Amino acid sequence: MSGEAKKSKLGLYLLGIIALIILFTVPFIISPGAEFGGADDGAGEVIVEMSPGYEPWFNSFWEPPGETESMLFALQAAIGAIIIGYVIGYLRGSSAQ
Amino acid sequence: MHIMEGFLPLLWAIMWYVVSIPFVLYGIMEIKKLFREHPEQKMILAVSGAFIFVLSSLKLPSVTGSSSQPTGTGVSSVLFGPAITSVMATIVLIFQAILLAHGGITTLGANVFSMGIAGPLIGWLAFKGMRSFKAGMIPSVFVAAVLADWVTYLVTSIQLALAYPGADIISSFTAFATVFAVTQVPLAIGEGIIMAIFFDFLLSNRPKMIREILKEKIGKASSETPGVAQ
Repeated sequence: MSGEAKKSKLGLYLLGIIALIILFTVPFIISPGAEFGGADDGAGEVIVEMSPGYEPWFNSFWEPPGETESMLFALQAAIGAIIIGYVIGYLRGSSAQ
Repeated sequence: MHIMEGFLPLLWAIMWYVVSIPFVLYGIMEIKKLFREHPEQKMILAVSGAFIFVLSSLKLPSVTGSSSQPTGTGVSSVLFGPAITSVMATIVLIFQAILLAHGGITTLGANVFSMGIAGPLIGWLAFKGMRSFKAGMIPSVFVAAVLADWVTYLVTSIQLALAYPGADIISSFTAFATVFAVTQVPLAIGEGIIMAIFFDFLLSNRPKMIREILKEKIGKASSETPGVAQ
């Protein structure tokens, strides 16, 4: 790949990353007091609103406490990130020849 | 899009299992075939799945003041199609349902359908469609990833509206879509950007293999990636 093509790509990547940062900081600027609760729970509330008295007919075997839940979410992300990092490194290394 | 445990009436829970299971089984067969015929593609499959793991673990804030999760299914849908993607989405959803009480076993069929089948299917079709109109590879991946994410949440809204039609099904759908659809727009765009950057990386490092997976003829679409065709 020519140096120039690489440069223009870098610019495009930067643009993408800046767009990402804006996308995920804007919510805090336009609604600073919001709780940012999960949309899944939001849908649950709509169900309860529409059919008052609805009782879930099946419950999870166990529900991890908040802190443990965060840990497990982090674990899920970590498993994925390890694989992504490994493969990116492998592909880069082996394509250099 | 995780429909919570116990929040789908039994009949619908069974219905979505019935719809999803054949798809996932077909996907498992496809993966076996891929491993047998193209073992060199294993690593690309693994990294596509890893994106589903990472992105679906993130609860991202959105403009509506609530948080939601991306799906991460874009790259996998584009490269391997909806059947294989449904297998990987199923693995993630089981992890989340059992360990995190996020989503559920009774709602697994419905969640697999929205995140692993419907979203990826539309994303995959969009990619194929755009490519047949000679759209660039990266813009096509971007659109596919955005749609794979966004359609997932539209389908969840449809699933919930079907199960809880209320007064009429349209206003019920609107109620659920209000929760999901707008929240998901910036997330879907963000996911599209991440996927496009990653796909560009794959394309510059393994141009031949990516073309082979996509079954596009080498050279046919090389105009937007000058100098990388090996």
